[in-house]
Amino acid sequence: MNKRMETRALVGAAAASLLAGAAQAQTLDETINATFASATGWFVNFIFSPFPGTSFPWIVAWLVVAASVFTLYFGFIQFRVIKHSIALVKGDYSDPNDAGEVSHFQALATALSGTVGLGNIAGVAVAIGIGGPGATFWMILAGLLGMASKFTECTLGVKYRNEYPDGTVSGGPMYYITKGFAERGVPGGKFLAALFAIFCILGAFGGGNMFQANQAHQQLSGVLGDYPGWITGVIFAIVVFVVIVGGIKSIAQVTEKIVPFMAILYCGTALIIILMNIGNIGWAFGQIFAGAFTGLGIAGGAVGALIQGFKRAAFSNEAGVGSAAIAHSAVRTKEPITEGFVSLLEPFIDTVVICTMTALVIIFTQQLVTDPETGLYVMNEATGRIATVGDTSGVGLTSAAFGSTFAFFPYVLVVAVVLFAFSTMISWSYYGLKAWTYLFGEGKTQELIFKLLFCFFVIVGAAASLGPVIDFSDAAIFAMAVVNIIGLYVLMPIVKREVESYLSRLKSGEIKKFV
Amino acid sequence: MMANVFVAAYDGSPAGRRAVDHAVAQAKLAGASVVVAHVLEWSPYSFLTPEEIAERHKRRGEELKRAESAVVAPLAADLANSGVSVSTEIKYGHVAETLCDIAKDHGASQIFIGRTGHSTIVERLFGSVAGSLAQIAPVPCTIVP
Repeated sequence: MNKRMETRALVGAAAASLLAGAAQAQTLDETINATFASATGWFVNFIFSPFPGTSFPWIVAWLVVAASVFTLYFGFIQFRVIKHSIALVKGDYSDPNDAGEVSHFQALATALSGTVGLGNIAGVAVAIGIGGPGATFWMILAGLLGMASKFTECTLGVKYRNEYPDGTVSGGPMYYITKGFAERGVPGGKFLAALFAIFCILGAFGGGNMFQANQAHQQLSGVLGDYPGWITGVIFAIVVFVVIVGGIKSIAQVTEKIVPFMAILYCGTALIIILMNIGNIGWAFGQIFAGAFTGLGIAGGAVGALIQGFKRAAFSNEAGVGSAAIAHSAVRTKEPITEGFVSLLEPFIDTVVICTMTALVIIFTQQLVTDPETGLYVMNEATGRIATVGDTSGVGLTSAAFGSTFAFFPYVLVVAVVLFAFSTMISWSYYGLKAWTYLFGEGKTQELIFKLLFCFFVIVGAAASLGPVIDFSDAAIFAMAVVNIIGLYVLMPIVKREVESYLSRLKSGEIKKFV
Repeated sequence: MMANVFVAAYDGSPAGRRAVDHAVAQAKLAGASVVVAHVLEWSPYSFLTPEEIAERHKRRGEELKRAESAVVAPLAADLANSGVSVSTEIKYGHVAETLCDIAKDHGASQIFIGRTGHSTIVERLFGSVAGSLAQIAPVPCTIVP
């Protein structure tokens, strides 16, 4: 149910112009779109099927149950060690003789640039647009719980990575599932690892690529006027090609440097807008809490808010998906667990801080239309989402919320979206590549085939309309989580041993600060 | 009394070479030994792509090897007959700060560093290594033109 609504919701004002274009004869975009939708529909339907007799997708429950299990099993690890996590990122425990190796900070920053992106801008707006302000509450809760999932997977990612004689490393769920299962004597490791790798490749083409290209195009055509999506696609594909095939790292390095500043600018502006509307604070939080437990008139009620909040949090911070384990596995550390401690900051920064900023700006600037008599949200019957001031949704809603206070901000947002999209693509091209070489073997030819395919899907993503793309992207990324979390359940006792050993040595003073 | 140690910063440039030569000449007079320090600029807070992260350990090994064979070893060979005991160190880090750390580690009494003598707009805005070293050095610092 909510899948279709979400599809409609995301196809916002920006996409309306695309629909107008559809009135013309069969265009290239349309052909791509139709082929794509028919090829992926069955897979999407399976992943998002609800529990029988309910509207609750089983995949959302799967993620939240896992995050809760890890939280309880490790005794609320995300709250116990967060101070130590920050000390690790600051480098207090790094041996100065290891200077020149990847630091905890660098691994965290790179993994974050892969997750901070459109989920934080567009995804949150979708969640609020369908699930109302109450979705914010569930999103924050999912972010806090997700810290435990991320901790588990990143610890395993470092522990079971492959180190090659030339000094490079490969890690991630494919490796910990194969090696860890063998170590514990559990069968099926090879099969699950291969399955994960397949989903990871699909996820890299989907959420890590097509969704990003698609939203970047929506934003660009919103500012530059309507033009065919394949043009954006080709330009993006060329830039991605130059970076990942041509090895022109400078472009990626520039983006990686700009992205953190954009994130800070985004959060800073959000804070200013919230402060300017500080009079609404009591009302806004009232809406968030009331909405979380009653729904305030949205479709699906409180459960609808919960589904939206959980789903968007998972899509944004990728906790339990396994992608971060690939990014973190390359760090140099004698203690795999330290990388787990660092990685648990990711869902916090991504979801609890940045996503919440977007949500609060939308709520504080009162973009959602309420009925003055009942205080409930007014539903737009045609779209199945909450009516908004300018009839916007997705990025358009976020843009309108920021633009209501700073008229110039939508332009900053376009730059942010394009850069976030690009840095997410670069990160996911690497995740996908690792899965690809896991399946087909390491080698220049295999790598080149993957990279060319990746560039091809950039064009497809920009040209296809959002509905089929976001459905497929979500489905592929969540499919990764299905396999990865099975692996985490099997291997969590290994992580527990590591935690206990490390924390007792930290307490006894055996592990010391270098500064 | 502890042996007198001078640290000479060497980056492979002619200016660096002048600093080393000056340090060696002074060391001869003072009966001191010289530590030639080569620092590879590195910040643990810079941003890397996932691919660079995966290759970092390998690259670090290559960079160290190159620094040793192309920069430090030829200089050490050159100075073998200078009559002064010369040792070398290669480290990663913020150049000026790392030079200070090396000086502290060796209990050095002086640091020698060369300067390019350019006064480009970039150096005016961000300062030069010699300039920052002069500001933070824990021991007397000689800037060799």
